[in-house]
Amino acid sequence: MDMTTTFQAMTQAVVDGDRDKAAGLARDVLARGGDPQEAIENGFIPGIQKVGVLWESGEYFLPELLASAEAMKAAMAVLRPALETGRAAALSLGKVVLGTIEGDIHDIGKNLVAALLSANGFEVVDLGADVKIERFISAAEESGAAIIGLSALLTTTMLGQRRLLEELKSRGIREKYKVLVGGAPVTRKWADDIGADGYGENALAAVQAAKALTGRR
Amino acid sequence: MIPAIRPKVELLSPALIDQIVGEAYLILEREGVLFENAEARALFRAAGASVDEAAQRVRIGRRLVEESLLQTPASVVLYDRQGEKSFHVGGDDVHFDPGSAGTRIVDLRTNRERPPVTNDLVTQARLTDALPNFHFQSTSLVSSDVPPIIGDSYRVYIALLHSAKPIVTGTFRVEGFGPMRDMLAAVRGGEDELRRKPLAIFDACPSPPLKWSHLTSQSLIDSARAGIPSELISMGMTGASSPATIAGTLVQHVVENLAGLVLCQLAAPGAPVIFGGSPSSFDMRKGTTPMGAVETMMIDMAYAQIGKALHLPTHAYMALSDAKTADAQAGYESGIGAVLAALAGVNVVSGPGMLNYESAVSFEKLVIDDEICGMAYRLIDGIAGREIPLAEHLFRDFKPDTQFLTLPHTRKWYKLEHRLSTLPDRDTYDAWVAAGAKNIAGKASDRVREILDKTPVRSPEPALAEELRRIILDDARRNGVAALPV
Repeated sequence: MDMTTTFQAMTQAVVDGDRDKAAGLARDVLARGGDPQEAIENGFIPGIQKVGVLWESGEYFLPELLASAEAMKAAMAVLRPALETGRAAALSLGKVVLGTIEGDIHDIGKNLVAALLSANGFEVVDLGADVKIERFISAAEESGAAIIGLSALLTTTMLGQRRLLEELKSRGIREKYKVLVGGAPVTRKWADDIGADGYGENALAAVQAAKALTGRR
Repeated sequence: MIPAIRPKVELLSPALIDQIVGEAYLILEREGVLFENAEARALFRAAGASVDEAAQRVRIGRRLVEESLLQTPASVVLYDRQGEKSFHVGGDDVHFDPGSAGTRIVDLRTNRERPPVTNDLVTQARLTDALPNFHFQSTSLVSSDVPPIIGDSYRVYIALLHSAKPIVTGTFRVEGFGPMRDMLAAVRGGEDELRRKPLAIFDACPSPPLKWSHLTSQSLIDSARAGIPSELISMGMTGASSPATIAGTLVQHVVENLAGLVLCQLAAPGAPVIFGGSPSSFDMRKGTTPMGAVETMMIDMAYAQIGKALHLPTHAYMALSDAKTADAQAGYESGIGAVLAALAGVNVVSGPGMLNYESAVSFEKLVIDDEICGMAYRLIDGIAGREIPLAEHLFRDFKPDTQFLTLPHTRKWYKLEHRLSTLPDRDTYDAWVAAGAKNIAGKASDRVREILDKTPVRSPEPALAEELRRIILDDARRNGVAALPV
């Protein structure tokens, strides 16, 4: 395969949501001594961009969107370690610590956000559901994350978003992190009221908000 | 007289039921179900189930499930607060009650959602008490003006103070069970009396897929031991937290509910259990869980049919809508749901009054839904040959000017055959305009005010009210809550 064909195959693997194929193509590049960065930029990223277009036009639904995000993630997992340190950092949009707040076991929305964030170049530390405030903070401190993302489906657990912001302030580390909030009961007004840095009405909006927070778009 | 047949709709063939239940047995035995609760696992272990402590996984053999099913009563009888009026929950009986645990309310004045306060819970209980087609009340709202820690017990307190109907409720915390049971027992004058005459159903939801949390397992154990019926609320979302196909989701539903049922029987053999649920179709665009989708209703009808095949009382969340106000979508989704639930013979149908994916209550919708439920009850009463001859005698000596309004036959039967509806618009056009040209929501809003103005509260005896107050104040104090709104 010439490079153009290879890049097209990579793009197609992401569009098709074919995780095995995407990872296989990524491994082939490394085996041939190819440039991982070129593969990412010319092969895989055009794929996830195309998926975004298909979603916006109403052709793709959540199962397709998630499968593509998974394929992207699989390819990145192969290629990222092969990048030179500086280039890996340049390519990463940053680390996001993500979870659903304590008392809340609902994590479908959060999982969508996690998948789309990693597909778009963020490194996601997914803490799962029913996560204590303390755990969000310790995970952020340990991983050197730039963003903390808080999901909540219930009005009662939504209050935990405010508590996390207060806790960050009381420890004097509020400025270290951008805090992104979301979930069914969360509104722009609530996000503003509690002083969050960003708010996503849905998973794609959350990705846009995260990009805006890191100054990448 | 020729009696009516009970109109019924079934969606599953016997072969499909066998396949669904058969696969459920396989999963229970091979893959098992996760139980976070140590006491639950101990009960399973003592009964000979294979328990993996580290993974919190319990594998349940077919024999244990079948024995548990044999121990579970085929019906439950609930009694109102006075212990007089009884409600048989089983067979093809249908009882509508409002949906549960809303965290939002659609404000009557602004028509926008806001957090509910205690006064809204009082209104909800009073309306439910007055509206004739709700056989039970539900703790439909969670007060935002009391600390969440006592949110579960406080709503039962408000319910008992403002309505005499049996209650569908549930715990938010393990410690909530004690005060809730104590209040119910206080009404009956003791725990044995409560066991003999259940006043409430406790809902407990597994976490899909295939997990019972610490809290919900404890609710099953505690309720079983107190003789309080548990309603098992499995809630897969097709393609998100359960298989995408309806039949596939039904397999998971049966696994989760049967695992819960076995736990109830291990905690107290013969414990009353209701085979319920709140599954839903999953919107693959919005990532939401439409309760008004026809597929959601189909899943409900189908697991109810399976519950009946297992000789269990049944429950479903139907007659509710995802609309945000009491509009046409609210009407058609709730109306179709109520009628299908009734035709499926779901014993406890929770949902009226609810909007926005089971999260918000509208008082207007509650009033409209009461009318819908009345229609559904009438439908399943069917058509009887009231007397023989049916009509032949009315036509003897038939004349061109015969009219039926004045016949004794008409006066004898019209009220039994026909519901007299006053809420839907049945005016002539001119009369409708003259009366203010109101739509159904406007008329329902008037009805809400009329009920609140004119219907006296059915309060408990002062001594009982005082006892209930003592229990809730104790609970509040234990949890560091200094004052309560009511």
